[in-house]
Amino acid sequence: MAEYKPIRKVVSGNYAAAYAAKHARVQVVAAYPITPQTSIIEKIAEFIANGEADIQYVPVESEHSAMAACIGASAAGARAFTATSAQGLALMHEMLHWASGARLPIVMVDVNRAMAPPWSVWDDQTDSLAQRDTGWMQFYAENNQEVYDGVLMAFKVAETVNLPAMIVESAFILSHTYDVVEMIPQELVDEFLPPRKPLYDLADFSRPFSVGALGTPNDYYEFRYKIAKAMEDAVKVIKDVGREFGERFGRDYSEMIEKGYVDDADFVFMGMGSLMGTVKEAVDLLRKEGYKVGYAKVRWFRPFPKEELREIAESVKGIAVLDRNYSFGQEGILFNEAKGVLYNTSARPIIKNYIIGLGGRDFTVQDVKAVAENMKKVIEAGKLDREVEWYHLKR
Amino acid sequence: MIEIRFHGRGGQGAVTAANILASAAFKQGKYVQAFPFFGVERRGAPVTAFTRIDDKPIRIKTQIYEPDIVVVLDPSLLDTVDVTAGLKDGGTVIVNTEKSKEEVLEKLKKKPGKLALVDATTIALEILGLPITNTAILGAVAKATGVVELKYVQEAIKETFSGELGEKNAKAAEEAFNKTVVYEL
Repeated sequence: MAEYKPIRKVVSGNYAAAYAAKHARVQVVAAYPITPQTSIIEKIAEFIANGEADIQYVPVESEHSAMAACIGASAAGARAFTATSAQGLALMHEMLHWASGARLPIVMVDVNRAMAPPWSVWDDQTDSLAQRDTGWMQFYAENNQEVYDGVLMAFKVAETVNLPAMIVESAFILSHTYDVVEMIPQELVDEFLPPRKPLYDLADFSRPFSVGALGTPNDYYEFRYKIAKAMEDAVKVIKDVGREFGERFGRDYSEMIEKGYVDDADFVFMGMGSLMGTVKEAVDLLRKEGYKVGYAKVRWFRPFPKEELREIAESVKGIAVLDRNYSFGQEGILFNEAKGVLYNTSARPIIKNYIIGLGGRDFTVQDVKAVAENMKKVIEAGKLDREVEWYHLKR
Repeated sequence: MIEIRFHGRGGQGAVTAANILASAAFKQGKYVQAFPFFGVERRGAPVTAFTRIDDKPIRIKTQIYEPDIVVVLDPSLLDTVDVTAGLKDGGTVIVNTEKSKEEVLEKLKKKPGKLALVDATTIALEILGLPITNTAILGAVAKATGVVELKYVQEAIKETFSGELGEKNAKAAEEAFNKTVVYEL
């Protein structure tokens, strides 16, 4: 193994994604522009124009077609990549099922953006979480470094379990924010992520077969089970790949939930993505002020880290789930998942849902402190004041 | 952590200024973060951009409400925008203006601890032939604040703009550095 000397650059989250796609030696990119994703595919187009990357770029007329082109390329054995946001992801929805059903390890960056109407270009996780049941793995990045690392790991995991993966970053808060990113020299990326060995190659005409044919009631059920099993198996693969990444490059991702002070906390903040950076900053301040708080940053939402969450629940009195998303008629989506995971266990921490930051509403250190104050009271009282709190609501 | 807020008008390059400042501080060995106000920018409309500089990785992901330093790229903004909103006590204000210290202070809602003035527009017109002040003003930031040295600002400028354009912009920053007048208040 060559010695690891990182290349440190100040780049936006979107450029981090583009560099990662280039370093992963993606062979086909098909995409359609949408704010705030566009600078990812613009940067990739620039790499191609400058002769820095050998990528087949397919301009298409919609996101639906973008995913269709990625599916074709991936089925022919190529490493395929795309990126989108919000309405674009929604338009892709049908094809997301086709990608996972055909067991294609496509990697996509979704820049979380609020769904319209009203029109919004700002951060909100509901677009990606609405794709929960499509059979795609989902990784939520806290910062630009995790966008870069996430894309590289996603290809390795996806190509091992033969399922597609979505790397999710926040609109503007990451996508357009410049930050220091440690990039990995190409030859070391190549060692970590060798060329794809496809499960099948539709372009191999000596071995013709079809994908996506009819699944009768006698067959369909087993196809679904195989996807379910692959997703379950992905838990171990994710941890192994995350550990290997740490051993090679110094940033360990073997935990699907990143934990801080959990063993010494009355309650933890649980959430996903960029908002957890602010939470970490606030938790350090709160601990100096005597609050026994911690954090649990859910990195992978699919597959869901059930065991890790159950372990956390054993050791804390409360969990404050911060959802920058909402499922109408129910509650925050991470909150809903967390409660479900804990039902068949003996652990019964108080778990409360805070709906925060929808459509890019800023969620500050002061806001985290206010949530901590409220959660502390809930725990002291030993019961919930309300299950779901619309934290920012103008009253 | 040092937090800096830039005020400009769409098209003047406030966002680029925030990015170049971050790159310069990064070259000096700092951790940095730079971002635009997450709005819908239009040419000519007031815009803001932000830079954070620290000795350790920056985790916070919110906008800046209490800046240490405010940089104003367009003097007309003093009449329409409260540029000192949230400015920390004793904070620094840097303004591109041809006006006097007294005239500028009269327009500021909060008295800063330090005021730095430079006629960056004239410098930009002379050197670049365009009234784009985002690189020149960074020379003033280097002079007035010490958060970053001029040579790193110039390196970062040349990385952002290649060839002759980079040389000219780096020269504009140097010229502004030399002409900036700093008042301790």
